[in-house]
Parts: sequence; C-alpha cells; structure tokens
Amino acid sequence: MNDNLSNADIVKCENLVYKRSPVMTDNVMHYCPGCGHGTAHQIIAEVIEEMDIQAETIGITPVGCAVLMYNYLDIDMQEAAHGRAPALATAVKRLMPEKYVFTYQGDGDLAAIGTAETIHACNRGENIAIFFINNGIYGMTGGQMAPTTLPNMRSSTSPYGRDVEMMGNPLRITELVAQLPGTYYVTRQAVHTPTYVRKTKKAVRRAFENQKLKKGLSLVEIVSNCNSGWKMSPVQANKWMVDNMFPFYPPGDIKLEGKMLSKD
Amino acid sequence: MKELKLMKGNEAIAEAAIRAGADGYFGYPITPQSEVLEYLMAEKPHERTGMIVLQAESEIAAINMVYGGAACGRKVFTSSSSPGISLKQEGLSYIAGAELPCLVVNVVRGGPGLGTIQPAQSDYFQATKGGGHGDYRLIVLAPASVQEMADFVELGFDLAFKYRNPAMILTDGALGQMMEKVWLREHKPRMTEFPAWATTGKTPDRERNIITSLDLDSARQEEFNLKLQAKYNKMGEEEVRYEMTDCDDAEFLLVAYGTSARICQKAVQLARKKGIRAGLLRPITLFPFPKKPLKEMASRLKGILSVEMSTGQMVEDVLLAVNGQVRVEHYGRMGGIIPSPDEIADVLEHKFTGGKNYE
Amino acid sequence: MAKFKGSIVVDKEKCKGCEVCVVACPTNVIGLSREVNGKGFHIAFMENPDACTGCANCAIVCPDGVITVYKKERLSSEKKIKEQK
Repeated sequence: MNDNLSNADIVKCENLVYKRSPVMTDNVMHYCPGCGHGTAHQIIAEVIEEMDIQAETIGITPVGCAVLMYNYLDIDMQEAAHGRAPALATAVKRLMPEKYVFTYQGDGDLAAIGTAETIHACNRGENIAIFFINNGIYGMTGGQMAPTTLPNMRSSTSPYGRDVEMMGNPLRITELVAQLPGTYYVTRQAVHTPTYVRKTKKAVRRAFENQKLKKGLSLVEIVSNCNSGWKMSPVQANKWMVDNMFPFYPPGDIKLEGKMLSKD
Repeated sequence: MKELKLMKGNEAIAEAAIRAGADGYFGYPITPQSEVLEYLMAEKPHERTGMIVLQAESEIAAINMVYGGAACGRKVFTSSSSPGISLKQEGLSYIAGAELPCLVVNVVRGGPGLGTIQPAQSDYFQATKGGGHGDYRLIVLAPASVQEMADFVELGFDLAFKYRNPAMILTDGALGQMMEKVWLREHKPRMTEFPAWATTGKTPDRERNIITSLDLDSARQEEFNLKLQAKYNKMGEEEVRYEMTDCDDAEFLLVAYGTSARICQKAVQLARKKGIRAGLLRPITLFPFPKKPLKEMASRLKGILSVEMSTGQMVEDVLLAVNGQVRVEHYGRMGGIIPSPDEIADVLEHKFTGGKNYE
Repeated sequence: MAKFKGSIVVDKEKCKGCEVCVVACPTNVIGLSREVNGKGFHIAFMENPDACTGCANCAIVCPDGVITVYKKERLSSEKKIKEQK
C-alpha cells in the first residue's frame, strides 16, 4: 500500500467525486461566511439536477436574506412580497399543474407575516414544496426577534432575552401545519454537518417527488444558523444551534405519507 | 357565438372574463362584488375553458396569487371592493414593480374604513395615483354600463399585456348590482403560447427568467423608475379614451365618469331645458386621464362642474388639465347617495349662472 | 491506510473561510491559510493532504460550494508489481 499518488495524479476529470451543481450559477453568494442558506440552496440545486427537472421547476423566493436566491439557482424564479410566497406558488401550481413548484422562506416570512398564506396553502393541500429555513431571527434586517426566537434568546429587539411573559412564546409552526389534513410530508432537518446535509437532501428530494403524487403539500424545515445575527463565529453558531435550537426544534420526520409519526 | 343576456354588472364581468380567455381568477368575498366569485364558482369555467377559480384566504392572498399567475404569463384577475382593494395595494405595487399584466376590478363602496356597502366613487385617488407604495400607475378603466363592464374585461387584459402593467376596472356598487342587457362576445380561446419573460420553466434554449421588483443598485433602480414613467407617458399619448355629449356648442361642461356620468347625461338635457348650454365629458380611462380634450375646450367654456360620488378627487385632475383657463367647481354626494339629474342641473345653474339657490 | 486517496480543489476567490469544512473533515485534512484572498478571507486548504480520502464531506457542507473533490484508488504493491510486468 505504499504509493506515491501526487495531487496531480488525483485531480483529473475521471477522478471527480463532487463539484458544485450546474444548476447553481457562478455568482458569489452574498451570504455571510458559514451561513446555512448556501448549503440549502445547493441541496435544492442538486436535487433538481439529479431529477433532471430544471426546465420544469419554478421557485418562489421570500423577503429576507434569501430574497436574492434567484441570482444563485439557474431556474425560473419569482420574488414574492414578504410572507406571500405560498400564495404565488398556489397560483403557479394550479395554472401549471405539471410543473414542480417550491417556495423558500425564512421564519419571519413564513411564521409571522405569512402565517395565513402558509397555513391555508398547507390546509388546501397545494401540491407544492415549502422549504422553511429557521434560524430563530430576522437575519437580513439585522437580527430582530422572530416568532421562532427561543425563550430568553437575545436579539436586537429582545436585547435582554425573549421574555415570554411580555413577548409571547416561540412558534413551532412546523408541528402546527403537520396537524392539517392538506400536508403530506412534514420534516425538520439541518445542514450544519455532512450527515444532516445528506438527510436534508433526501427530504428535499422526497418533497419534489411528492408533487407527482398530488397528495398534498410537503414542508421541509431546515434549522439553520445566523452567526452574524447571533454574534458568533460560524463554528460556534452551529454548536449553539445544536445545544439550544435542537431541544426546542428537534430534527426528524413529523409526518410521513400523510400520517403523523408518534413521538415514541 | 355572440349572445344577448340580462345580467348584473358583476356577473357580466365574470362571464366576460371566461369568454375573454382568462386563465385564472382569485377572489375573496366582499359586498358589493361577491357575485363575481359566486358566478364563476357556479359556472365551472374549468369545464368550459379550463380557467381556474379559487377562493383565497384573504384579499392579500388573492392578489398574490394573481402575482404568481401573472408571472407565468397567464391572463389572471381578481375583484374586490374598497376595503379589500386597500389590502391588495401591496401586491399591486409588486406587480407593477415586476412589470406584470393583470386585471383588478374594484366595485367601489363608500369609506373610509368599513364605511358603507352602498356605491361611491371615493377610490379615485387610490386607483389613479398608484395606490400602494412607490412610483407606479395602473391603467384605470371606468365603465358606465353593464355592457362596458363586460367589454372592459377584454380591453383591460389587452392593455395590461400590451404595457406589462396592471389594469383596473374602477366601477361601483350601483353598476355592479344593476341589471341591464349585455351583448357577450363569442369565446376567445385561452392562450397557448406565453410571453418570453414568463416563468414557465427554464428550457436549455434560453436564460432563466426572473420576476422581481428588487434592485439594490440606486442607478439601476432610478433607470427603472424612468422606464416606468416613459411607459405611463406612452399610455397618455396612445390610450386615452373618453366620450363627449353635446359638447360642440357647450358653454358649461360637466365632467363625470361611471355612474355619475349616467346621471349627468340626463342632467345635460335638463340644463338645456333651462337654457343652459351644457355638455358632458365622460373620461373612460381615468389613467391616463383625458387632459388634452379638456385643455382644448377650456378657453371656450364658461365653467366646468366635476360631478363625483366623493368629496372631490377627480376634480384635481380636471384643474390640472385646464390649468386655470376656466373656473372649475366640484359637486359630490357621499355615503352611498347617488345625486339626481335635477340636483345636478340645479347645482350647475346655481354655481355658474346665479340661478335658484341650491342647498 | 484508506483504500482511496483524495484531493480537494478550493475556489480561492470564492472561499469565505468559514471553517465549516475544517470541522466537518473526518481526517483533519483541512486548515485555513495564513494568507488571505482578494476579499480578505483566510481560505481553506489541504494542510494534511495525505490523509484525504475524498469523502466529500467538506464539499457538501460548504455553504458556498467552493470545494471540488477528486479521489483515486490507491494501488497496492502487488498490483503495482503486476502492472510493471
């Protein structure tokens, strides 16, 4: 086993194992270093590439950091008003039922201003996929408290920590929509480690494939970081996320093939 | 096949949309326009033409469904009444900012707030000056009969697609609820080819299509604002529509649209019986507003009376058009009250010729 | 020794030096450079290239998609001898 493979021997087309998906554009993403948005974008791009559905996919971007997602995915995209992406997606899917339609929304977008659109799209059982990025904060506007901000968690509008007596409780909207008859697949994943990236990719793939079944809506929550908003390094933020976000937002499937999974 | 029917204004809009080849309608109930949604649900256009109809969870959702559908290059529309149209302003601003075609019907009721369910023309400013945030305009059509309610659906779609801009039919509860005979056009097939900018899926032969109203670069955003402005100016040159009655020898001009214009038709006759040479200019497009005919007529007129079911909104556009060349007065009724022809003729007489004191 | 030897190529100008790949690498191959790129980021590089197995964990977790991964089967001494013959 004593060989002298040099880098030049290895770095050849025939030895390629992984490269950025061609469904991603060459644009440099504007996200902060270590932000989970980029990873989530690439997962979606890879699934579109693998399913060979680039020509049949329409994505709807939110308001928030991911507003410019259309600069990074080489697919047709629409940019919605804050919280309204599920309404746009509803019309797109109903007018073009043969297409694959997804929304990509943050927690402020999906769980605060867009709660009505989210719940009703879920309840109507629109045959779309919702990818929900939950970092517990309004990232783009500078780290304000979101509906998902944890109790006692600091943000720029809860500088002494979220006081639930005064500011209300965080909202587990994913568990909430799982209760609705229109959702077919509801899961919570993450993208901070290779293992979770692989799990999330399976979930995203399932969410796209479910659209063919016409049995309802698939929602994939991705618990993610906002290291700038949380004022931590990317690596610290991922650790903080596991220690603090995961107990409140535990990863795993919540509803599979239209059936709630029991907790035990 | 062309058909003659007796219909409510709201129903005529719904039927005309099916026949105009509309692809989708997204609505939410509100008086006095709920018949649009009710008629469409009962009519099952999905079976007739493939057009989809959906009752949304709110006016906000409905206009954003229109946004998504319009972004696919489809002929989509929504309808509502004043309070609901206020909720749609955010979506309309995005649609205008993304340069998408769509049709919105406002069957106006009196306000502000919950106001009344009776007819009014108090949403003129909102309709013609933009309505939502940012520099934009809607193409605004003002029907004065059930026939025009039907006809302006297709016209609205055509103008919306021509300019990639939302169009609005600004009507009121009286026209929406009124029954008249209406000629309905034969069915126009739905589109099978869609505009090049539509988000229908990125095929290998083209670049991806992006529908957005966002541009963080100041210079580019300003350039875009100027582009929109140029579009509105072009509408002003090419799309102004109006109707003149007894204007050739008129000394006094009534300016009124929609329901008010119908009343003013009669008021012109009554005024002439009193010996007042009155005429009527009825703007059909409220944006672009018929500034030119008003400006041209102004110097030979002795007075203009703008009649509206509001405290005076269109009168400001009349004033701008005549630019001080002639005296302009306003007469309005509010709260769902429609003025009578006698009342208008008396006001005209009193305000300009010192006749019977009208209170 | 692993059956495969891998190598990564980092797009130097697009790397933001977030270190997520450094933590994700199971064989501690990756470190951050002392030098910075055009944007001022210390960038990921193979500090310990011999340990790379080409597992692609770094690449799939990279938020900016700047890592390309290659791997090649190591030849055993027996195979090598055969090839020489």
